This record gives sequence, C-alpha cells and structure tokens, in this order.
Amino acid sequence: MSTPRALRQPLGLRLTFAGFLAFWCLLAAFPIFWIGVMSFKSPVDAFAANPLDVIFGPATRAAGNGLSLLDIALGLLVLVCTVRLAMRWLPRMVSSYSPGGQMIFGWVIASVGYALSFVVVFFVILPALLGVLNPLLGPLGHPVLGLTTAHYQSVWIENAFYHNFINSLIVTGGVVTISLTVGTLAGFALARSGSNLAFWILILALVFRALPHSVLVAGYLPVFVNSAEILRPYLGDAAPTLYGQPWAVIAVLVSINQPFTIWMLRSFFQNIPNDLDEAARVDGCTHFQAFRWVIMPVMWPGVITTGLFSFLLAYNDFLVTSLLLDQSNQTMVPAIASYFNRETTTTDQVEAVAAAVSITAPLFLLVMIFQRQIVSGLTAGAVKG
Amino acid sequence: MKFKTFAAFVGPSVFLMFLFIAAPLVSVFVGSFQLTQPVLDQIEEETCTPGFLAQTCTTTMVTRPALDEYGHIVTTTEWVGWLNYQRVLNPEAAWAAISSFDWGALMQINFWSALRFTLMFTLVTLPLVIGVGLAIALAVNNAAKSIRGPVIFVSLLPFIITPVIGALSIRWLFIGDGILTTALEHWLNRDIAMFAQAWTIELMMLFFRVWHVAPFAFVIFYAGLQTVNQDTLESAIIDGANRWDRLRYVIVPHLMPLIIFIALIHLMDTYRVFEEIVGFTSQAHVISLQWLTYDFLQPDDAGNRAFGRASASAMLTMVGIVVLLIPLLRRTWRDHKGGSY
Repeated sequence: MSTPRALRQPLGLRLTFAGFLAFWCLLAAFPIFWIGVMSFKSPVDAFAANPLDVIFGPATRAAGNGLSLLDIALGLLVLVCTVRLAMRWLPRMVSSYSPGGQMIFGWVIASVGYALSFVVVFFVILPALLGVLNPLLGPLGHPVLGLTTAHYQSVWIENAFYHNFINSLIVTGGVVTISLTVGTLAGFALARSGSNLAFWILILALVFRALPHSVLVAGYLPVFVNSAEILRPYLGDAAPTLYGQPWAVIAVLVSINQPFTIWMLRSFFQNIPNDLDEAARVDGCTHFQAFRWVIMPVMWPGVITTGLFSFLLAYNDFLVTSLLLDQSNQTMVPAIASYFNRETTTTDQVEAVAAAVSITAPLFLLVMIFQRQIVSGLTAGAVKG
Repeated sequence: MKFKTFAAFVGPSVFLMFLFIAAPLVSVFVGSFQLTQPVLDQIEEETCTPGFLAQTCTTTMVTRPALDEYGHIVTTTEWVGWLNYQRVLNPEAAWAAISSFDWGALMQINFWSALRFTLMFTLVTLPLVIGVGLAIALAVNNAAKSIRGPVIFVSLLPFIITPVIGALSIRWLFIGDGILTTALEHWLNRDIAMFAQAWTIELMMLFFRVWHVAPFAFVIFYAGLQTVNQDTLESAIIDGANRWDRLRYVIVPHLMPLIIFIALIHLMDTYRVFEEIVGFTSQAHVISLQWLTYDFLQPDDAGNRAFGRASASAMLTMVGIVVLLIPLLRRTWRDHKGGSY
C-alpha cells in the first residue's frame, strides 16, 4: 500500500462511500434505462405494475414478438464486436486511408459507412439468419424476452417523426455552425483585450445569460407574427413572415446562446499562450492573419467542446421552438408534446415513450464519444470564470 | 489591440446580442403598457323564421369583430398604462388576501402562486444540488481509478438528457399504477395517487431538478478536488484533525469559489423553471413564472395571444432575476474597480 496509514480509511467509511456511489449510479441510470425497456413492450406490459412483467413482457411474447436465448446471445455478440471494432480498427483505417489534413472528412465518411453497415448487419442479415436457426434449436430457440419494434415503426413511419428529426437537424446544425463562427471571433478578441469595454461586454453577456427565455420570446412573437406587414414598406411583397421559419429560430437560438459561448471560448483562448499570436504579429501578420494561421490550428479542442454545449442547447430547447415554429416545421422535442395532448390510449403513451427514447439515443451516443470534452468543458468554465 | 480590430472581431456577436436580446427587451417593456385587441362593431341583425301568415322576425344587437377589405380582423393598439400589470398582479384581490392572512386566496391568483413556487423551487434545490454534488464528488474521488470513468459516464446521463424527456421519464415511473407508485403503495400500505395533489408533484419536480443538475455540480467539484493541496491535508492530520474537520476546514474552503460559481449558475437556471411543468403536465396544480408568460403567449381558442399580459408578466419575471443578481453584480464591480479582476 502506497497510501500512508493515517490516510487509509476504515472499512465502514469505504463501504458507505461505495454504497452511496452504487445507489447514485442506479438512480442516475434507472429512469433512462426504464423508458428504453418500456418502449419495446406492448402497452399492457409497458405499464404493468410488476417490474418483472415490464422486463420480460409476457403479453408482448404472447403476441408473437419475442427474443430467444440464441437471439440475445448473437445480438450481444454483434454489438460487442461493433463497439470493439469502432474503438480499435476504425481509427487505424481512418488514419491510414485519409489524405493528410483531411482527417475530419475521413472520419465523417468512415462513421457514416460504419453506421450503415451496422444497420444492414444488425437489422437485415441477423434477423434472416436467426429466422433459419431458431426453429432448429428447440428450447434454446423459444422466445423468452418479449420485444416489439411496432411503436418505433408507428412513430417514425406512420406519424412521420423523421420530418421532425430533419427539422431538428437543420436547427441544431445551423445554431452550432453560426454560433461557433461568431463566437470564436468574439471570444478571441475578448481574451486578448484587457480594455474596460471588453469587461463590460462580458458583464452584459452575464446579465443576458440570466434572462429567462420567455421574456425574450415575449419580445419576438408580436414582431415575428406581424413581420410581413412591418417589413412591407421596405421589402415590398417579398417581406417574409418570420413566424414558423427555421432560420429565424436559428438566429434567435444563436443569440440566446451567444453569452455562454463567448464566456466559454474566452476561457479557452486565455489558455492559448499570448506569445503565439504575438510572434506572428512581429513577423508582420495582421490580427486576422494571426488568428487564421496561428490560432485556428490550435483552437479545435475548445471549439469542439463549446460546439457540444451549443448543440445541447439547440437540441434540448422546448420553449423557443414550440412558440416560434408552427406545426409543419416542428422540431422533435416540442413534437413530443403533441403525443400527450392526445394521450387517450395506452398505445399513444407507449408511442410517446418510443419517441422520447428516439430523442435520447443521439444524446447517449454523444456522451459515449465526447465524454472527455464535456467534462473538460464543464470545468473550463468553472475554473476560469 | 486597436479599437477598430477589436470592434471587427466582437462586432457580429455584439450585433446579434443587441438585435435579439436587447431589442426584444425594449419591445417587451413598451408592449407591457399596450393592449392590442380587435375592433368590435355592434351590428343590428334581423333574423326571420317562416311562420303562418307572416314571418316572425326578431332584431338583436350582435357584437362582431370588424373586418378590413382583405377579410383580416382589424385590431387597435392603445396605451393602457398599468392595466396589464394590474391584470397579472391582481393587486386588490392580493391585498385583500394578505390583509386577512388568507394564504389560500392569495394562491388562487396565478402570478402569486407562480412566484411562490419559483422561489421555493430555487431556494430548496440550491443546497440539495450542492450537497449531493459534493457527496458524489467525494465518493468518486475515494473510489478506485478503474471505476471512475464508467461512473462519470453514468452520472453525465441525467445532465445531458433533454429536460422535458427527463421529467417525462420520471413521470412514467409514477403515472397511474407505474412501478414506483405500486412499490410505494405496497410499502406504505395505502392508496397513492402521485398526480392528484400539488405537493406530490412538487416533490417529484424537486427530485427531477436535483437529479438533473447534481452531475454538473459533481463534475466541477471533482475537478476542484484534484487540486486540493496534499501538504495542507497532511499538516491538518498532524494537528489532529479528524475526517470531518478536514472536510470542514480544508476541503470546503478550497472549493468555496466553485460553490459560489455553481450557486450562481443554478440560481439563473432554476429561476426559469419551465420544462418540469410541461413534463409533469402540472399546470392545473403548480405553475412557474416562466410558464405563466408561456401560457399568455399560447394562442387561445380564437387564435389570439395575450401579448400585453405576457409582456407584463415577462417584465415582472425579469425584475425578479435582477433583484436576485444585484448582490453578485455589485461584488464583481467592486473587484473590477479594485483591479483584482
């Protein structure tokens, strides 16, 4: 033991800590795990009072939808192989095949291709293979775990949830790109300037950060709804109605996000040594050139982290998107509210659960891939700010 | 950096903030003193029903919204002074309730019940979030290195999940005969309906918010714990401090700036509590200030939105957060003038 004896902890304390930690992990993961389980069951099972019924789904199984032990074993095998390959093999392939300096595009192409081949293997080849194998194996091939994807099918295909998904993609994509472009410039200047003006901009941004969003939306709505009439004298008949336009929502979310973005990027830029761009300035660069050629190559970790938080803000937003977008342009999160306005049957409720899981799944992937960046982003803001 | 360069760099960001944050504030301020409503015409209308020998005709006065030549409803906007504020605050009824110490009557007025919930929610979750976050951070710091990664991963899930979905996922555990309601009923041996009264819903909301924000506090405290000075800890041991003393006199003072930071962020974020109301569909029992504005902004059955009252309640909400933040802003200003910034 390397720890000194005085610092070693008594058994009781260690057990308390371990117990507390286990309890917290259970608490943190359980609701999310549970909606995942519920979304695959028939309504009777999903809202059953007995938790074992929810997990094993007898009613779902009785309806002929179930997994046998073999299904579970093979499915898990494929999943584990997928994750291992993604961790080990994929980075090597990307770095050896993508041309120098184009790593990002290499990653984009590789991950899209990888995801597609996973979908083909998991949802097409595997079921076909198991359909042949299950009847041959007798007891091993009997379904033991009820599971149905019917709710996902009705959410995504019948209720056209992909439409909301595309809207979410447009809005989040737009918000992340624009707020990072605008924010990096401002964050850089604020980090390098010690003037009073910079201080006041930051304080003002802090005050803006505190404003409840409903206050701002109350300001936008009358203008957005009547924008065609307000703008007509200047733009003629081309004057747009801003209400319901995704790009208007993008502009709004970018601005709401700006205070946070510039604070965070400023703290990242302060970590980049001043000497770097000063040297470039001595060599005759302007501020813009120094930014473009010296700072940009080294700023990516901070930008990716800030981008993640911009993504979360735009993706998770309910208030702004539900008030400023109309039904035809709705993003995913407000669209789920329509499920419980009509939640009359339990089937509708399980469909709402399936929609909720569909919204959560990308976030889950995000934490898996970017855990380190998220943690560093959270701490960067705190330690500096 | 020259002012011109600085302006060029900062320009787009400041422009966006002014156009979409400062300008709407002005428009809300102006709008809170105005009332827009359709122009109503009184029309004399004669309706006749066929009868024997002669038709029976009745004449009635009907109130109709006036239409312009395109068929749009004509609206007027007029200055109404404090009328919108009066409608939101309902001062006479509120004062009558206060002077007769009738808490129930005061809570009948939407604004006051929203204010009560928002303040209660903010102040109750604040110590809970800091306490739970610190406890998790200490526990993880004590744990073996190999399990820290997975624990952080699991802890981040409640933080990263869409708030509305997170609230829903907890609601689905309790709704109807959900598994947790059944478990509680079995344990307490009585019938429980979690969504029938305000206080159980508020309890679930408090739980949700702590569940959602504690990971944020945890990650920050955990980072702070890595920089605790080991020499100070050791000298504290030599001086005879037990574990509790060390936590109280070494670790917590070291984390104090982080505690203030988390308290500040939490204050801002929790004051705008809104998603819980949507997720738990609790508007019949519990509402918050931000939800009040949201509700005014939603079109009613006739498609009208109560912009005037929404602006008034938005301004009142803003006054609240400014009051909460003034002590902090004054401190920053003193630091800046003192040159320690």
